[in-house]
Amino acid sequence: MKAAAFEYCRAADIDEACGWLAADDGARVIAGGQTLVPMMVMRLARPTRLVDINRIAALSHIRKNGDGVAIGATTRQCVVERDALVAAELPLLARAVPWIGHSATRARGTIGGSLANADPAAELPLIAVTLDAVLSYRAGGKTGTMPAREFFVGAMITALPEGACLTSVRFPVWGGEKIGIGFHEVNARRSDFAFVAATAQVELGADGNCKRIAIGVGAATDFPMRLEAAEKQLKGTALDPKAVDTAVRSALADIEPLSDLHASAAYRRRAAISLAIRAVADARASAQGKKIHAH
Amino acid sequence: MTATGHHRYVSTDRRVREDRRFVAGKGQFVADIDLPNTKHVAVVTCPHAAARIKAIDKRAALKMPGVHYVVDGAELAAATLPLLTGLDTPNVQRRPLSLDVARYSGEWVAAVVADSRAQAEDAAEAIDIDYEPLPFVLDAEEAFKPGAMLVHEAHGSNVLLDKTFVWGEVDKDFAASPRKLALRVKWGRSSTVPIETFGVVTSWDPWREILDVYASIQMPRYADQIGLALKIPTSSVRVHYDVDVGGSYGVKRGIKHTVLCGYLARRLGFPVRLIEDRLENMRGGDAHGPERLFDVEVAFDNSGLVRSMKMRALENVGAYAGRSPFQLGKPIGAIVGPYKINSVKYQAIAVVTNKTTQDAVRGFGQGPTNLALERCMDEVANVLGLDPLEVRRRNMIRHEEFPYLIPSGTTYDSGNYETVIDKVLANTSYQDLKVERDRLRGEGRLAGIGMAACLEPSGGNATFEALLNPAITTSTFMDSCRINIDGLGAITATMHTTSSGQGHETLVGTVVGEVLQVDPDTVRVTRPDSLNSLPSGTPVGSRMAIMLGGAAFHAAQKLKDKLTAIAAHDLGIPLERAVYERGEVFDRNAPDKRRSCADLINIAHRYYHRMPEGFEPGLAAEHVYQVPTGGTLPTKDGRVQMYPCFSFEFHLLLLSIDPDLGRPEIVRYRLGHDCGTQINPKIVRGMTMGGIAHGIGAALYEEFAYNDEGQLIAQTFMDYLLPSSHEVPAVEIVDHETPSPHTVLGQKGSGESGYLGAPAAVANAINDAIRPLGISINTLPIKVSKLGDLIADARAKKGN
Amino acid sequence: MRIELNVNGVTRTLDVEPRTTLLDCLRDALDLKGAHAGCEHGVCGACTVLFDGVAVRSCLMFAAQAAGSAITTIEGVTPGPGELSLIQDAFCETHGLQCGYCTPAMIMVAHALLADNPEPTREEIVEAISGNICRCTGYAQIVEAIALAAERMRGVNRPRSLNK
Repeated sequence: MKAAAFEYCRAADIDEACGWLAADDGARVIAGGQTLVPMMVMRLARPTRLVDINRIAALSHIRKNGDGVAIGATTRQCVVERDALVAAELPLLARAVPWIGHSATRARGTIGGSLANADPAAELPLIAVTLDAVLSYRAGGKTGTMPAREFFVGAMITALPEGACLTSVRFPVWGGEKIGIGFHEVNARRSDFAFVAATAQVELGADGNCKRIAIGVGAATDFPMRLEAAEKQLKGTALDPKAVDTAVRSALADIEPLSDLHASAAYRRRAAISLAIRAVADARASAQGKKIHAH
Repeated sequence: MTATGHHRYVSTDRRVREDRRFVAGKGQFVADIDLPNTKHVAVVTCPHAAARIKAIDKRAALKMPGVHYVVDGAELAAATLPLLTGLDTPNVQRRPLSLDVARYSGEWVAAVVADSRAQAEDAAEAIDIDYEPLPFVLDAEEAFKPGAMLVHEAHGSNVLLDKTFVWGEVDKDFAASPRKLALRVKWGRSSTVPIETFGVVTSWDPWREILDVYASIQMPRYADQIGLALKIPTSSVRVHYDVDVGGSYGVKRGIKHTVLCGYLARRLGFPVRLIEDRLENMRGGDAHGPERLFDVEVAFDNSGLVRSMKMRALENVGAYAGRSPFQLGKPIGAIVGPYKINSVKYQAIAVVTNKTTQDAVRGFGQGPTNLALERCMDEVANVLGLDPLEVRRRNMIRHEEFPYLIPSGTTYDSGNYETVIDKVLANTSYQDLKVERDRLRGEGRLAGIGMAACLEPSGGNATFEALLNPAITTSTFMDSCRINIDGLGAITATMHTTSSGQGHETLVGTVVGEVLQVDPDTVRVTRPDSLNSLPSGTPVGSRMAIMLGGAAFHAAQKLKDKLTAIAAHDLGIPLERAVYERGEVFDRNAPDKRRSCADLINIAHRYYHRMPEGFEPGLAAEHVYQVPTGGTLPTKDGRVQMYPCFSFEFHLLLLSIDPDLGRPEIVRYRLGHDCGTQINPKIVRGMTMGGIAHGIGAALYEEFAYNDEGQLIAQTFMDYLLPSSHEVPAVEIVDHETPSPHTVLGQKGSGESGYLGAPAAVANAINDAIRPLGISINTLPIKVSKLGDLIADARAKKGN
Repeated sequence: MRIELNVNGVTRTLDVEPRTTLLDCLRDALDLKGAHAGCEHGVCGACTVLFDGVAVRSCLMFAAQAAGSAITTIEGVTPGPGELSLIQDAFCETHGLQCGYCTPAMIMVAHALLADNPEPTREEIVEAISGNICRCTGYAQIVEAIALAAERMRGVNRPRSLNK
């Protein structure tokens, strides 16, 4: 399994990278390569040119950005995994990153790479959609932004414009006192792509009721989804289990889940419901300051 | 040294000498071999499940950079003979490259030779092949039906084998039994998938007329098959046995790769190298294993005693067959497992389909058969409302009943099953497991206890060949060892096959050291090539501890006897008074009268005038060892002694399932293991743990799955799921040693331990867990999604 | 194209195709055969090397990308001809291998783990090696090797008990 031949170059800055992409529509950027290289050696991807963006310093950062945290596209997943700012401000992201692949792939894989790849079962797109992250990209000398919910449009398909390269992603930080998170994933083996994943982030008010809630489901459909109907129903409530169950079931009633070698559509539907309920319960419990069970 | 005597080196906690080179990355795997001027091969594979090959256009490929040659099936077929088959099926011909018709997606159709592997792959893409897709059949039951689409037209049917054996009065026993039950059990297509793929380097020396072969190989008669196919004498084939094999567990047969490369090396005049990439391996290498459907019926009484069994085994061998259908025959030698079943009817059916060819896998069919048998035992218990452990105990052969003759004609050598089970339960109380299971159930989980009691036939007496193909009358199954003590006393022993991690060099050193009473680490062990070797049956059938150990033991014993005789003669004493001790010999009546090791070596090598009359000078001895209890052929009614020795394993595990997600988790795992004398305990334990991991993979994760278009959809490690360290729980193993009366040190085999029983134990645990829902599952692998769907359907029916 | 690679402390200038992976470059151009190809698509881990001290899959990197970082292979952690490091010796002590094919990669992972975490729990060892597939050992004796190495590295140097 040897890749088809290609030209290789390193870009010193993002505009140089975009220039290469614009000059040759067979050109692709390479950052971590953890998904691109396997596709290339199996000759499923055959770029004529690889533009290595790993050295572009401006693309690798984790920093506060207003009431959010901005992470550069080529920031390694393992760096995000250990980052104190992320742990403090983006607990849901911190919780999910260890589930991405293996530590050896997180050592090279990047935040931007995973987002641009848009695998239905990937964790980062799910977190981005759950938290309403905003992705920034560069194309033709101009910077553009796109909300996560508009970015993922199909299995392995994004709305990233032709010739554009992701530069960073900004995750809003929830500012409240009682924030809790939940994350669940089911797969055959611990480190596999998820059959289904579910996320929840909850802010409880002083009265103990749900002030704000976001629920996401990934891997069940072509791209991650938010359970908006359930969020609406549960906002302002005490998040009691019956209500959560009803709201989640109803929000997932009409999805058309993926079916493949690993899991049937029926399985994904049931697991989505089950995991979303668990994620909300965990988020509520952790917002209340309770320990949650390992799953 | 008696089988039950105290050993100086055998059974002690010694390091495995091979480990030294591997931890430094200094093994010599086939891909590490760099012969000057070697060219690289890549293969072109058929994308269709079945197709006629109408034309192969090589022109564009031949013009590409670095390309030297393109060979197709027609050219290869003109120059070589078809590969050997085990059954008598001359119209089901197997060749390295398809001839006229390709019969599975992934079958090799052409091969490119280029300066680099990458260039060979580039050129392989440029070969234009005109295919006419043909109808195909994937399912064994479909293929078995009369009028089914034929995979090999010339054979006239899809059936390679359909043989029924009746041992004992099956009908009478069934009629006399108050209870019966029937079960259908499916072992899904899986295999042991080593991390190193198969690879071969061949080089032809036209001046000496020798074909050098370096390969990651584990196969009997490898040099023979190369010579036969290439139509050259086997004395022109030099297989290098000192290539380290990166795992095999049965599968690395590599004959089509070798014949292809051997032909190319002779044709082109430079060394040729084919290292399968993972796609070539999974789709068209030796990667696939048994895919077997069992229909089993047992007849039993109200106390759970199973009197008779009818078993029909339908095997989907894939598009071609070498030895693999014999995997239906090997289990005949332990067809009743550890139980006193009185009579058996066994029907073995092998059919071809348009799937990848199956090859030999660890256990050679015993694992799937144990699955069927052990599921039956649990269902018998279930139907009677009895405890499954108790039912097994009632049926088990007791230790005082050995040697025990089973209906199919094999005598089990020794065993103490009840003691092994007792030891496991002393380690972990059965009652405690039940309490824990109930606690998990109380927490809303599905939880089950699973067990399996099964045998590991060992010793490799492959008379199943003669059973399934009467044209074969082989009764010789041998191995050998040659030892030389040189003029300065250095001991070198040889072994005559490759190894894939079993620690055979350590085995030989330990046995030779034990007999000669010298530190095993001072015994050099080498692997001559096939032209310098004595016969070896290779590491199959869990045979090497018995066979190589036996050969080494006897060769060493010959040397010990010679040294003793030399000393007796030189001391002028009768032989009976001469005592050998650590290389020295002394007079029993006058211990000061002795000859040192150096003395004896000098006499043997230099002082012929002091040698006993008629003795050969020097200190060289060899032994070619026939398998114990071997040498017989089947009777007319299909009975024969197969393997000589029977190891025993008892698995007991507790498993918990998330009822909403269907995801199983093994909570506790205990194993009792008895393989007789353990020559090296570290090796035995490692083998068993590895076997359990393989078994968990087969039970829960691994499947070569196909879609309806005949495409293998599990063709990479992203879809064929191998257990990682997370998926293999901690296992506590308790050992027992019931020596074999047939072997030099009481040792039995352990090369398949764990794998033969783990799938059955896991399947039984899952069934115990889901039984309260009124459901069962008898198809492996038991995947999360399948289990989840099954549980959900059952709960829906119950109105949950 | 010309690249400069720093491997096991030595910088070498090489001429490679862009499509040559780091794994193939190490094995073919530098004759370092210890890293092995098991799947070439980043799942089995047999190709693991250290990249600035961090365990990575060398089959998932093109050699051209590796310039500028310190690459360490099994040859680089072997103290000398015929000499074993403490970790290598622990693998021999527990027989944490059989065929040896996944072994250099396991040892590199052990190096990275123990450099970062001198007192790993069993769960942490299991997690660390979970990206490396072994088909021979069932992992038990590998986990024991790494635990033994950790214990010895912490300076507690007592012989392993032989009692069963």
